[in-house]
Amino acid sequence: MRNVWTIAMREFKVYFTSPIAYIVLAMFAFIFGYFFTTGLAFFLDYSASMAAQGGGMGAPPMNVNQFVIEPSLGNMSIVLLFLAPMITMRLFAEEKRSGTIELLLTSPLSDYHIILGKWLGALLLYACLLLVAITNVLVLFVVSTPDWKPLAVAVLGLLLMGGTMLAIGTFLSTLTRNQIVAGALTFGVLLLLWVLNWISSFESSTFGRLCEYLAISPHFEQFSRGVIELKDLVYYLSAIALGLFLSKRSLEALRWKV
Amino acid sequence: MIHVEGVTKRYGPRIAVNDISFEVDRGEIVGLLGPNGAGKTTTMRVLTGFLPPTSGTARIDGFNVMEDPVEVKRRIGYLPETPPLYPEMEVGAYLDFVARIKGISGKEIARRVDCVLERTSSTEVRDSLVSKLSKGFRQRVGLAQALIHSPEVLVLDEPTSGLDPKQIIEVRRLIRSLSGEHTIILSTHILPEVSETCGRVIIINEGRIEASDTPQNLTAQLQGANTMLLEIEGPQTAVETRLQAVRGVRTVTCQGFLEGRLQWRVEAEKDNQLPRRLAAAVVNSGWGLYGMQTVGLSLEDIFLKLTSQEDSAMEATIESEADGDVAGEADDPAARDEGEDSEG
Repeated sequence: MRNVWTIAMREFKVYFTSPIAYIVLAMFAFIFGYFFTTGLAFFLDYSASMAAQGGGMGAPPMNVNQFVIEPSLGNMSIVLLFLAPMITMRLFAEEKRSGTIELLLTSPLSDYHIILGKWLGALLLYACLLLVAITNVLVLFVVSTPDWKPLAVAVLGLLLMGGTMLAIGTFLSTLTRNQIVAGALTFGVLLLLWVLNWISSFESSTFGRLCEYLAISPHFEQFSRGVIELKDLVYYLSAIALGLFLSKRSLEALRWKV
Repeated sequence: MIHVEGVTKRYGPRIAVNDISFEVDRGEIVGLLGPNGAGKTTTMRVLTGFLPPTSGTARIDGFNVMEDPVEVKRRIGYLPETPPLYPEMEVGAYLDFVARIKGISGKEIARRVDCVLERTSSTEVRDSLVSKLSKGFRQRVGLAQALIHSPEVLVLDEPTSGLDPKQIIEVRRLIRSLSGEHTIILSTHILPEVSETCGRVIIINEGRIEASDTPQNLTAQLQGANTMLLEIEGPQTAVETRLQAVRGVRTVTCQGFLEGRLQWRVEAEKDNQLPRRLAAAVVNSGWGLYGMQTVGLSLEDIFLKLTSQEDSAMEATIESEADGDVAGEADDPAARDEGEDSEG
């Protein structure tokens, strides 16, 4: 565990000694801020006009959770699609290019220590992104009374979804010594997994349902509403495990052919 | 300390290391000498557990590199050909990181980092970014990294490559100072390097061990070339009889005829005065002596490919060897070209 933490902390610090962390954080802060502000403005505008029309004729007042937090966090997952490859592409590709992978592989570590450490380092940076998002949302607690429980569930869902994307990126980064290739592959695979459920809108066969289940985005829907479903939890956890397992296999293969 | 038995490593159809076996005792410094592409790096990677051998076994301190990789890695400090440094880290932080992943306990780390920095005379760069280091310091920090867990075995892949002469001397001195407490195996393609640092040399070529001896013995064999090629203008039978009569000469064979001159191959006992006596014999008989050169033993053929820019004496030998090729001595000109290419 100590080894994992050592590697994770090194990775995390490297993000901040290189421009990566600053670029990713700044881009994210800006884009999420934009989503959140427009979402909030729309909500205010809409609820004001509802009030002007006489309180929506007995309908319950509009809910901040449902109309502001949920869509903002939902949008965040799309931004993540672009940022995850930027976070993971260097993890192994850089080590392979510079030869430092020899240091890791000749140190008394298991492959899982290395992989878990790197993935965790990436997850820590991702957690920083979440913090940025949460800071935005916290403003709502000052001016309104949103329910914090669905928010917490959504954050958990985002962590799991991010973890999945980062695990996939970690694996793809082990395949090449070129960061750009790793990043492009990761983006391609994530995008495909993102839109895989589109097929289910016209294909209701088993294949269509399978595609929907394999897609990353539908599993977040329930989380964003504050509902933890076992199948979503299982999906994300097993996808993370699969990504890390494939990384381990890929690292083993590296030794056989270097 | 190091036992290698019948290790073979293939990369697809190419055999990088072919059935090599050797042993290194505790405290010994052994040099792996060979041209580029001879299999030195592969051998070292097998020893460090970075690459699994295709067949055969390697043991460090009794632990099999494949079966107990973690135990082996605890005992090995490895400096790859390019020092495995993270450019974005500071030297001190980098060594701290290496110390942690090598399993040094938290209290010990600071002390070990100080110790290896001092040992490699790089305390002054502790706070510098690795990317700002000069080549010499990179190599030293690379060594510091290999030493940090005071491993019993040090595996150094071309520790002096790319350094300037002053730095080379420093690194060699450092390596010598490490002997005794560490068992060291280092690779190089520079001949004088092994004679200066190593107690024993293993010559490896095209994946095979060609020789294993002390540098003194190897150098003696190298310099004691006992075959000479002569180019003489004169009557064949008379020349043969005269050459045969020179003291120390064993056999005389005529090898061919070129522009009115005869090519002779003379095998003789090891003797520094032999060329002089041969020349005198020919000239005093009134014949023309157009060429005379020493031809190596098969060991020299190996050294041919082990070219060193440092030692002009070596270069002279190489030149004479290259001339020997013209006289029909070459067994494998292609391989020779390859060897000379790698020189630069």
